[in-house]
Amino acid sequence: MVGIGSFGGYVPRYRLNRMIIFGSMGWLNPVIITNARGEKAVANFDEDSITMAVAAGMDCLRGVDRQGIDAVYFATTTAPYRERQNANIVAGALGARDEIRSADFTGSLKSGTSALLSALEFVDCNGGKAVVCAADCRLGKMASTQEMVFGDAGAAVMVSDSEVIAEYKGSFSVSHDFVDHLRGANTKYDRMWEERWIRDVGYQQFIPQAVQGLCAKYGMSPADFDRIIYPCYYGGARKNINKALQVEQEKVQDDMLATVGDSGSAHPLLMLAAALETAKPGEKILLVSYGSGCDALWFEVTENITKMQDGRGVSRWLARRADLDNYQKYLVWRGMAPAETGIRGETDKETRWSLVWREHKAILGLWGSKCRKCGTQQYPPQRICINPDCQALDEMDPVYLADKGGTVFTYTGDMLAASVNPPAIYGNVNFNGGGRTLMDFTDCTVEDLSVGMPVEFSFRIKFYDPKRDITNYFWKAVPAVGEVK
Amino acid sequence: MAEGIRDKVVILGMGCTRFGERWDAGSDDLLIEALTEALQDAGIEKKDIQAAWLGIHIDEINIGKGATYASGALHTPFIPFTRVDNFCASGTEAFRGATYAVASGACEIALAIGVEKLKDTGYGGLPDSPAFGQEAVMIGPNATAPGMFAQLATAYAAKHKIPMDKLKEAITHVSWKSHQNGAKNPRAHLRRAVTKEQIMGAPMVAYPLGLFDCCGVSDGSAAAVVCTPEVFKKLKPNEPMVKVKALQISVSSGEEAMFTRWDGAGIITTQTASRKAYQEAGIKDPRKEISMMEVHDCFSITELVTMEDLGISPPGKAPEDILNGFFDLDGQIPCQPDGGLKCFGHPIGASGIRMIYEIYNQLLGRWPEDRAVKNPKFGLTHNLGGVPTQNVCSVAIFGID
Repeated sequence: MVGIGSFGGYVPRYRLNRMIIFGSMGWLNPVIITNARGEKAVANFDEDSITMAVAAGMDCLRGVDRQGIDAVYFATTTAPYRERQNANIVAGALGARDEIRSADFTGSLKSGTSALLSALEFVDCNGGKAVVCAADCRLGKMASTQEMVFGDAGAAVMVSDSEVIAEYKGSFSVSHDFVDHLRGANTKYDRMWEERWIRDVGYQQFIPQAVQGLCAKYGMSPADFDRIIYPCYYGGARKNINKALQVEQEKVQDDMLATVGDSGSAHPLLMLAAALETAKPGEKILLVSYGSGCDALWFEVTENITKMQDGRGVSRWLARRADLDNYQKYLVWRGMAPAETGIRGETDKETRWSLVWREHKAILGLWGSKCRKCGTQQYPPQRICINPDCQALDEMDPVYLADKGGTVFTYTGDMLAASVNPPAIYGNVNFNGGGRTLMDFTDCTVEDLSVGMPVEFSFRIKFYDPKRDITNYFWKAVPAVGEVK
Repeated sequence: MAEGIRDKVVILGMGCTRFGERWDAGSDDLLIEALTEALQDAGIEKKDIQAAWLGIHIDEINIGKGATYASGALHTPFIPFTRVDNFCASGTEAFRGATYAVASGACEIALAIGVEKLKDTGYGGLPDSPAFGQEAVMIGPNATAPGMFAQLATAYAAKHKIPMDKLKEAITHVSWKSHQNGAKNPRAHLRRAVTKEQIMGAPMVAYPLGLFDCCGVSDGSAAAVVCTPEVFKKLKPNEPMVKVKALQISVSSGEEAMFTRWDGAGIITTQTASRKAYQEAGIKDPRKEISMMEVHDCFSITELVTMEDLGISPPGKAPEDILNGFFDLDGQIPCQPDGGLKCFGHPIGASGIRMIYEIYNQLLGRWPEDRAVKNPKFGLTHNLGGVPTQNVCSVAIFGID
């Protein structure tokens, strides 16, 4: 049986109330008030589609042996690299083996479900496990509808050939060169055609077309499904689609527009993750994506679902929130407005790729080493054991530390270090199981921290080199979810 | 057991520039100024120097690598001139080079000179550099020196269960005391006494360190001419001799950064180097025997933990000693009688030699009454480089015969 083995979600900690955007930019485009309901999730300054995909992947892979992963797919329309496989960065961070298949899925907002379909077909052909991580961090210009609507988030699904929590029953796809939203290869901001056309011809036609196509293919009716998941940020269109499909409102999954916003490629999978948090055995789920066409997928929830309803998904991330009470901060974090970070912000940091390759396990996956002689865990990986009473040479086994967590040993908040989210917070962290390292902290304030408090590790942008357009990633410590109030 | 260098090397003469924002002076001017004073004090000529060591840390945006800039600026006559860098302990490392050369018998007269022209870097604080290598650029934190040392405070407060505001009160006294001393010193960079309220109320640099918890970033140079006791007696018959009683260096093993035994509330290398130095100098009870200290107060919290690491204050008791005035100029062991890094300033490569300059002049009783340490016998310098998790510490002890 092929289907979903696990799921995960990620919503960044910061939320921007849409009235703050309207309050700052309504003078330019008053009509954005029509979308000024609720809040949108905003990636921290050190987050992007890759880091959010990893965060969702880590959520999804809790308790999963990383050695058993056979494929890692990454879906996004906001990948930081055009050449350099983004999925390999995600796979490295998730601690997957080198002997896997990897691919980037991009170009449309249905790339998340396209990746999921490929993963399902991969596992159907080859067995094993395939992980799909999707995330998007799309930008609209200041005072645009897109700026109001788009939110940042990530979602992940692990496809498996055993112990599935939702069996894959079938799919139906439509693909169109229907250009409602568009970004050229060198464009930073989303552009869209007239909204009435997008709503009436796009969402309202293609989503029912995909659902009806699937139903016709398998002899089903939309009413047979217990949960229907589709993205569409037009409230009126959602009503019309539900009416066209003749499905009851309560069967339709909340689109999280008021809490997250439209998270692009990730959004259908994010909604799926939210649905699986409360799904019951036997439920039939219909998952539909939208963007340059639609993918419709049919799943049936199994008895195994209860084992995975352990806190993974979206709810705990939604609960872990902080107000981004400042529109200017949002602009600076997203690179939409230049900010002075002093001479330290001008430091030229070159990436030495041969070094990065040599150390890629330690950098991407926070792999350390563990001494076979004395059992001491250490980071970064050492050849000579760091235990002064051992010092064995070349007796090390690799150990994946990214999911181990740790405790705060020392910390500070530094106003001198260049940062667009000052103070720069960092300190020494003791890994659970042994070993210590000095690292950046994120998603917290100095006041949140105390010596001894538990932390988790989060894959983040380490630094961006604007001269060479290189984004470097590494792990940061974040207070364990539930610690930050 | 090696016999060490106790009493084998004597300071023949020293020089030290005014530290500060020397906008009108280049590294060459500073080097010339320090050397000229040192030669004058030593009563020798440049040609009498047989080998020289240059201490400097920030090389590329300063005077480059090697020592050819210095030899070229000073026009030394084709003698060996070697640049040494060991972070902020570079000055003492240069002094060690000269001292070891004399102690070994390879030279009779050697020069240690340190310089740093920080005010050409454009930075407030020290300039950014990949000081811990390229791997650290990829995995290390976005850190600065104050943030690295500030962590001593969070670990110290946690270990000794002392509330942060109480610890802040103690480190405030550290800076207050140094400002009192620096105000009296014409060569110091920061020459204004400040109130404890000013220190406490200053903007935060790195929690819990405020602006006045951080030392000055200065230009400056300092030089020492060292020789054998025999040469000294020949050149300065019947004059008191300031002898090197001990000089020990300890460098981190990586344990602090990666192993979980270190408590984070002190510096292991200071503990190690000081114990070896006391042994070399024959000091049994440093709290009773040391007369004065110049320690590496890059940050007020560093000075606080150093009092314990040197074995002067018992563990957890440094705040008490500090607040009791034990280290004030009129206390039992005056610490930073010249104002320290805090107020005299911190041109990195020169700092270790500047500390020795103060101890040397105090031992010789050359300072006016208002900043003289009473009847000093042993003076200690402590020069620390790097960061608490990865550092270099030197401890030197000087005595007068």
